[in-house]
Amino acid sequence: MSHKALSPPIYGLIAEFDTATELVEAAQAAYAAGYRKLDAYSPFPIEEASEAIGFHKSRVPLVVLLGGLLGGLSGFGLQYWINVIAYPLNIGGKPYDSWPAFIVPTFEMTILFAGLSGVFGMFALNGLPMPYHPLFNVDRFARVTRDKFFLCVEAADPKFDVVDTQRFMESLKPLSIEEVPH
Amino acid sequence: MREGPEEKTILQDVAWPDEPPVMEPGQTYDTVTDQIADAVLKRPIGLGWLAGLFIAMSLVALLGAAATYLFLRGVGIWGIEVPVAWGFAIINFVWWIGIGHAGTLISAILLLLKQTWRNSINRFAEAMTLFAVACAGMFPVLHMGRPWLAYWMFPYPSSMGVWPQFRSPLVWDVFAVSTYATISAVFWYVGLVPDFATMREKASHPYTKAVYGILSMGWRGSARHWKRYESLYILLAGLATPLVLSVHTVVSFDFAISILPGWHTTIFPPYFVAGAIYSGFAMVLVLAIPIRHYYGLENMITMRHLQNSAKVMLATGLIVAYGYAAETFIAFYSGSTYERFMVENRWFGPYAVFYWMLILMNILLPQILWVPRFRANTKILFGISLVILTGMWLERFVIIITSLSRDFLPSSWGHYAATRWDYAVLAGTIGFFSAAMYIFIRIMPAISIFEMRQLLPESEVKAK
Repeated sequence: MSHKALSPPIYGLIAEFDTATELVEAAQAAYAAGYRKLDAYSPFPIEEASEAIGFHKSRVPLVVLLGGLLGGLSGFGLQYWINVIAYPLNIGGKPYDSWPAFIVPTFEMTILFAGLSGVFGMFALNGLPMPYHPLFNVDRFARVTRDKFFLCVEAADPKFDVVDTQRFMESLKPLSIEEVPH
Repeated sequence: MREGPEEKTILQDVAWPDEPPVMEPGQTYDTVTDQIADAVLKRPIGLGWLAGLFIAMSLVALLGAAATYLFLRGVGIWGIEVPVAWGFAIINFVWWIGIGHAGTLISAILLLLKQTWRNSINRFAEAMTLFAVACAGMFPVLHMGRPWLAYWMFPYPSSMGVWPQFRSPLVWDVFAVSTYATISAVFWYVGLVPDFATMREKASHPYTKAVYGILSMGWRGSARHWKRYESLYILLAGLATPLVLSVHTVVSFDFAISILPGWHTTIFPPYFVAGAIYSGFAMVLVLAIPIRHYYGLENMITMRHLQNSAKVMLATGLIVAYGYAAETFIAFYSGSTYERFMVENRWFGPYAVFYWMLILMNILLPQILWVPRFRANTKILFGISLVILTGMWLERFVIIITSLSRDFLPSSWGHYAATRWDYAVLAGTIGFFSAAMYIFIRIMPAISIFEMRQLLPESEVKAK
């Protein structure tokens, strides 16, 4: 552990791969080797990659459900309150609580709240917008938006050690390995 | 592309080996990225594009002039007059909203149905939806007479102490259309975020880089992000699917809830939705055929896409034909004098010529799409799409004008004729729509880059 103190603080080590399959295999190997603070980066969604790094469950569906419930309840509640309590109007002798007529706005409010909470929830859970991230210091990383795949083991991982982790990552046969400065 | 059935993208090619491929073979991550992004970043601005934008912007100027004059003089400058108080404004509103529907169908419903061919047309179809809804949204506001009070439509605690009348389908429309516009916009933006990241890295000019960088929110393709992203994307599709069906249903309620013969029909919601998709796919073809030609995207928007769109038009066109037939049948079967008169008035009344043009353009002519040779001809597809768009506009004309002009009492009958200002506003929104599309294809990737990468066989993770 002595060399850890000698080297400047870094965000982690990043390895570059050519194919999605290599990335997933490398991520599985790293997870099996005990690394937990790691992330895979790819130019398109790879279901197997999030599984490989041990990220199995997204909480976005829960956020969408709660948003939808809130939207539906507030949509109906608003109409009930307006028509029965705040501003009762006799429209063609219909009851004040004409709930079948309230279904359409209730439905639309459900969809609206569910959709918007999903979008804001997804960005919030992802910590976006994040204009700066240490990974952007690595020039090669730009190709993650194009055709290359990356695996990053973060220095915050308790098992992380610049030399050992680098040796381990070399065993994964990546195209390149780089230190990610902060 | 055609290596074996285990490759995900070729599933559809294997099932129908005689059909054109969804994507021409020989493409890689690099080629799809460069081809789509360079159309925005590298391609010089051409004379054709400038000329097209100039014409479109002239029409936008016309729209501005027509709206200004409308605000100065009131809706009396239009042809509307009791009993026909809903003229071009409502025809155009229904027509534009309908056109938007194909975009959501492609991006949401076809996603849920795992129709991967949608990946190359969903982006500009969603843009089309957004611009069409924007055009549609103008009309109720312009039609209000006092458009500066448009916010009265929304429920908010005002000092006047009044609230909207929630038993009215017109209020439902406010909710349906504004929700539709919002969800379409966020769906579109969410789809664009990873592509904005690609544009950020590819752009060379620092300002361009900064703008795309802000729009991309610092997207970095993390597996955790992608997981949440995908889960949201599929949920939004699941939410947008009932939403899109509800929007034209609610629009049809504007008519069906009333008691006017020709409006008061239970067939309206399904046949309005089918008609909406019908005209929307026609607009998709009207846009896709020139875009793929001028931007050299024939390898991504292939004949498969055009033919599939033609088939969807054929199917929805038949549903629309069934709707017309059911309306006519019920008019006679109901035994109601007024209903029967409504149909006879459509056939032989003062607007009969529009009815028969509608039958010709919406039902008879599109039947040539049964012939594979015609489906494979882009010129015929383009022409027939324009015919369908006109036909669908006429459908709304027939429904609104014919019914309103002659209702129950002959003493309250009237005649409707549009004025030049009606045509100016219609032309103006077509210009607005075209201008928005012209600008869109120059500043944003018109095809979803990351979803095209997913279509490539090498995107498949092979098990050891």
